[in-house]
Amino acid sequence: MSEYVSNSRLERVLKAGHLGVTSECGPPRGSDAEEVKKKGLLIKDYVDAVNVTDNQTAMTRMSSLAACIHLKLLGIEPVLQMVTRDRNRVALQSDILGAASFDIPNMLCLSGDHQSFGDCAQGQNVHDLDSMQLVQTVRHMRDEGKFLGGDDIKRPPKIFVGAAANPFADPFEIRIPRLAKKIVCGAEFIQTQCIYNLDKFKEWMRRAVDRGLTEKTFIMAGMTPMKSVGMAKYMKNKVPGMDVPEEIINRLAGVEKKKQAQEGIDICVEHIQELSEIKGVAGFHIMAIEWEEKVPEIVERSGLFPRPEV
Amino acid sequence: MIIAEKKPIEEIIQEVKDFDRILILGCNECVTVCEAGGKKEVEVLASVLRMYFMAQGQEKTIGERTLERQCDHEYLEEIRNIIDDYDAVVSLACGVGVQFAAEKYLTMPLLPGVNTVCLGANEDRGLWTERCQACGTCVLARTGGICPVSRCAKRVLNGPCGGSTNGKCEISKDTDCAWQLIIDRLKALDKMDDYEKVAPVKDWSTDRAGGPRTVTREDVKI
Repeated sequence: MSEYVSNSRLERVLKAGHLGVTSECGPPRGSDAEEVKKKGLLIKDYVDAVNVTDNQTAMTRMSSLAACIHLKLLGIEPVLQMVTRDRNRVALQSDILGAASFDIPNMLCLSGDHQSFGDCAQGQNVHDLDSMQLVQTVRHMRDEGKFLGGDDIKRPPKIFVGAAANPFADPFEIRIPRLAKKIVCGAEFIQTQCIYNLDKFKEWMRRAVDRGLTEKTFIMAGMTPMKSVGMAKYMKNKVPGMDVPEEIINRLAGVEKKKQAQEGIDICVEHIQELSEIKGVAGFHIMAIEWEEKVPEIVERSGLFPRPEV
Repeated sequence: MIIAEKKPIEEIIQEVKDFDRILILGCNECVTVCEAGGKKEVEVLASVLRMYFMAQGQEKTIGERTLERQCDHEYLEEIRNIIDDYDAVVSLACGVGVQFAAEKYLTMPLLPGVNTVCLGANEDRGLWTERCQACGTCVLARTGGICPVSRCAKRVLNGPCGGSTNGKCEISKDTDCAWQLIIDRLKALDKMDDYEKVAPVKDWSTDRAGGPRTVTREDVKI
C-alpha cells in the first residue's frame, strides 16, 4: 500500500502510518450552502477528511455531491458517501465522474438505510448494485479506466475507495468473512459503525488482524459521542445494528442531566485513547451528529491534534 | 403461486356503481388457493354487492361465474355467449387474468377485484409470503436456495447489510433477514465457503428493467 491512487490527504496520512481522523457532515434539508460550509470550517483543521452523508436515514437532503463540492472549494477534503438505494449504475457512474471532475478524492460505498425510515416511505428503491458491487465499480473505473459497459473513460476518476463495516450486526460469525469480501471487492479503507462495546470490537479486530485483513485495508473505528442518557437508550433500542452496553447507559445516568453531554464526550475520548492502542486500528471516524463543534475538543483531548503534515 | 388479496369493498362499489349488470368472474387457480378470488369469494362478493345496492334501492343484476383459468384463451372463451348480458366484469383473477380477459373482450369494462401481491407460498393457515420476484436470472444455486432478490428489502446480493439484527430485517421485527436465512442454510449444507464468493453485478435486463418479458418456445409451437 505504498503508491498513491489519488490525491487524498486521508490516503497519505493512513499510508504514512499515522492514525487518520475523519468526521462527518450531514447536508441540510434545504439549499443553504452556508450550513455545510459552517460545519466544515468548524472541524477543518482537526480532521483529514470530512464524510458527507447521502440522504442519511432516507431523509431527503441536499445532495452529497453538491455538499462535497462546497467543502472542496473551501479547501476541506470530502469523503463522498454514495448509497445504492437511490441511483442505478448509470447515475452512480455519472456522479462518480462528477465528483472526480472536482477532484473529490475519497468515496464511501454504502447500501443506505431503507427508504421506509425516511420522508419518502412510498418511494421505490433502486439497489441496481449493492455496496460491494459499488466498490467494485469505482475500482474498475479508476484502475481499468473503463465504464461498467466496457468503454474507455477519458480522465478516469482518482478516488480512494472505502466501505463501511458493522462489527456488531448479526450474525457475528460472518462479520469477518464479510469484511474480507469487501476488501476483495477493493475497499481500501473501512469506516465502522459507532463503537460502544469495546470488548466486542476488540474481538472483531483481533479476528481481522489474525486473518491478515488489516494488512490490506485501513480500519477506522467509528465514534459517536452520546449527548444524553436518552440518546444512549435510543441508540440501544431503536437503531438497527447498534450495540450499546448497559455500563454506558448507567454511567450517563449517573451524572446530573446538564453534565451528561460532557460525560458523553469524556467517554468518547477515553474510548479513542483505549482503541488507539489496539493493533489494526488505523484511525477514527468521529461522527458527532449535529454536534460538529465538539469534534475539535474530542480530537485534541484524544491526542490526535495537530494533524500530521503529509 | 400468484398471491392476491381482496380489494376493499368500498373500492369495488365505487368502480361498479354506474353499471347495472355486473359479472363477478372468479378463477380456479392461484387466487382460489390463496382464498382471494375463487368460487367462494365470487359468491361472497356477489352477495355483498346485491345487499349493498338493494339497501340503496338500486336494482342491479349481479352474475357469478368461475373459470378454470383466466390466463388461458380456452377457458375465457367459455363466457363469450354470456358476456353481452353484462355491462361490466369484476375479475377476481390476478392482474394477468384481468388483462387477458380485457384483451379478449375489447368493449367490455374489466375491473380488478383483487390486488395482485406477489409470487409466494402458503406458509401457514392464513399466511402467504413472497418467495420470488421473477427476476429472470435465478441465483438460488449460489444462495443456499433462499432468494435475496425477493426476500431482502434491499435485494442485496452480497449481504447481509448492517441492519440485520437477531435474524430480523431493519424494516420490521416481523421480517426475516434473508441473509441470515441464507447463512443458516449454507451452514446446514456445510457450504459456508460459498459465502465469500462475491456475487457479480447482476444483469437486470431479464427483470422488469428490460421491458415486458416473453418466453418463446419453437419446440412447443403449433
